[in-house]
Amino acid sequence: MSTKLYLGTRKGLIEAERSATGWRITRNSFLGVQVPMLLPDARDGTLYAAVEHGHFGTKFHASHDAGASWEERACPAFPPKPEDTPDVVNFVSQQPIPWDLKKVWALEAGAAPGELWCGTLPGGLFHSLDCGASWQLVESLWNDPGRAKWMGGGADWPGIHTILVDPRNRHRLLIAVSCGGVWESTDNGSSWSNIGSGIRAEYVPPEQVYDPGIQDPHRIAWSAADPDTIWMQHHNGIFHSTDGGKNWQESLNANPSNFGFAVAMHPQDPQTAWFVPGIKDELRVACDGALCVMRTRDGGQTFEALRHGLPQEHAYHLVYRHCLDVTGDGRTLAFGSTTGSVWISENSGDSWERLSADLPPIYCVRFG
Amino acid sequence: MPTVQFTANLASQTEAPVCKVEGTTVREALHAVFTGHPTLRSYVLDDQGAVRKHVVVFVDGTAITDRQKQADAVRPDSEIFVMQALSGG
Repeated sequence: MSTKLYLGTRKGLIEAERSATGWRITRNSFLGVQVPMLLPDARDGTLYAAVEHGHFGTKFHASHDAGASWEERACPAFPPKPEDTPDVVNFVSQQPIPWDLKKVWALEAGAAPGELWCGTLPGGLFHSLDCGASWQLVESLWNDPGRAKWMGGGADWPGIHTILVDPRNRHRLLIAVSCGGVWESTDNGSSWSNIGSGIRAEYVPPEQVYDPGIQDPHRIAWSAADPDTIWMQHHNGIFHSTDGGKNWQESLNANPSNFGFAVAMHPQDPQTAWFVPGIKDELRVACDGALCVMRTRDGGQTFEALRHGLPQEHAYHLVYRHCLDVTGDGRTLAFGSTTGSVWISENSGDSWERLSADLPPIYCVRFG
Repeated sequence: MPTVQFTANLASQTEAPVCKVEGTTVREALHAVFTGHPTLRSYVLDDQGAVRKHVVVFVDGTAITDRQKQADAVRPDSEIFVMQALSGG
C-alpha cells in the first residue's frame, strides 16, 4: 500500500502521509504558487512538479528527497515561431494559437531511464530524455494539420491532459486532448493518428458528432495489466474501449450522472473503474448536493454510487480530471475537490474519510 | 551603464541581483543580464521573447511600449525596473 499522497493545489504542493494512526498532512512546498501537475516517478523516486507563477510563468522543479528540497530544471518551452510558418487559428475564437506555454497539464514517465513526456496548453507535447534537464517539442504532432480542429475546453486554448505509455511497447503512446480527441503514436512520437471510432459529441453540428478530432475526452485511463482496455470520462458520457482506443462503446447506465472529469481504472481488473460525477456541463456541482464516487465492476453495464463518508447535503464539490488516483493494489483511492477537500478510501471506494476540508482548490492528486 | 533591478518577489524565486550592464535598448540591457543569469530569462520573457503578460518593465519611471521586442531606448544612466503587474496577482 502506498503511504505518500501528493496534492497539487492552487496554493502549492501539499503532502500527506499514512502512519499507523491514519493519514495526515505533513508538509507544503511552493506555498502560494499554483502546482497544476506533479509526478512521483516510481523508477528512481524523483518527485517532479510544475509550478505556475501568476506573474513569471511556469517553472519545472525536481526533488530527490520526496519534497524536502527542490532544484529547478528546464521547463518545456516552444521554440521561436518561424516567420514563414502560418498560424493555426482557434476556429472558435478566431485567434492564433500561441507558441507559448500556458500550463503544464500532463506529466508522465517514459519507458527509457530519464525519459519524460509533458503535455501542455496550448496543445504542445514535449519530450525529455534527461530527467527534465532539457525538452524538445514533438513537432510531428504540433505540425499535424488535424490540430486545426482542436479547441479549448474550459480554457481558451486546447490542451493535452493525458499521456499513456504502453508498458508492452515503449514506442506506443496515447494522448488525450481537450478538445481534440485521442491520438496514437506507434513510433515513440514520430508520427500520430487521431483514433476513436464511436465517441460521440453533443456540442457540435450533427455531421460532426462522431468526428474523432473534435471530441472532448476529459480523461482516459488504462492499466499496465490490460492496456487494450481504456476508460474515458468524456464531456457528455462515459466510454470504454477494448481494442486499445480504436473503437469505443458508450455506457448508458451511469448513475447518478454521466458527466464528470476524473476516471481511474483498477490496476488488475479492467472491468472496474471509478468516476466522480457532477450534474452536467452547465451545472458543475455534485448531483443533488450529495457527493459520490461512481464505480462500475462489470465493464460499464451497471454503476454504483459510493457515498459512505461523503457529504450528502449542500455539497458543491467538483473534482477535476487529475484529481482521482488509485494505488497499485486497487484498494486505496484518493480524490480532491475544487473546494479544497480531499477524501481517501482504503477499501476500493466502499467508504471514505476526509483528509481535510481546509485545503486550496485541488488540481492534481497522485500517490507516491 | 544602465541599471537593471527586479521586483523582490522575483528575487525570492531565482537569482535576480541588481545589475549594471551595457545596452542602448531595454532588450540589449535585459539580454546582458540574462547572459549572466540564464535562468532569469523565462521568468521575465515568454517563449517567443515578449515580456510576460503579467510583468511590467519601467524605464526611468515610464512603462515600456514595445513589449514584444523591447526596443525602447535607454540612456547610460537609465534605471530599468522589472516589476510584477497587479493583474497577475
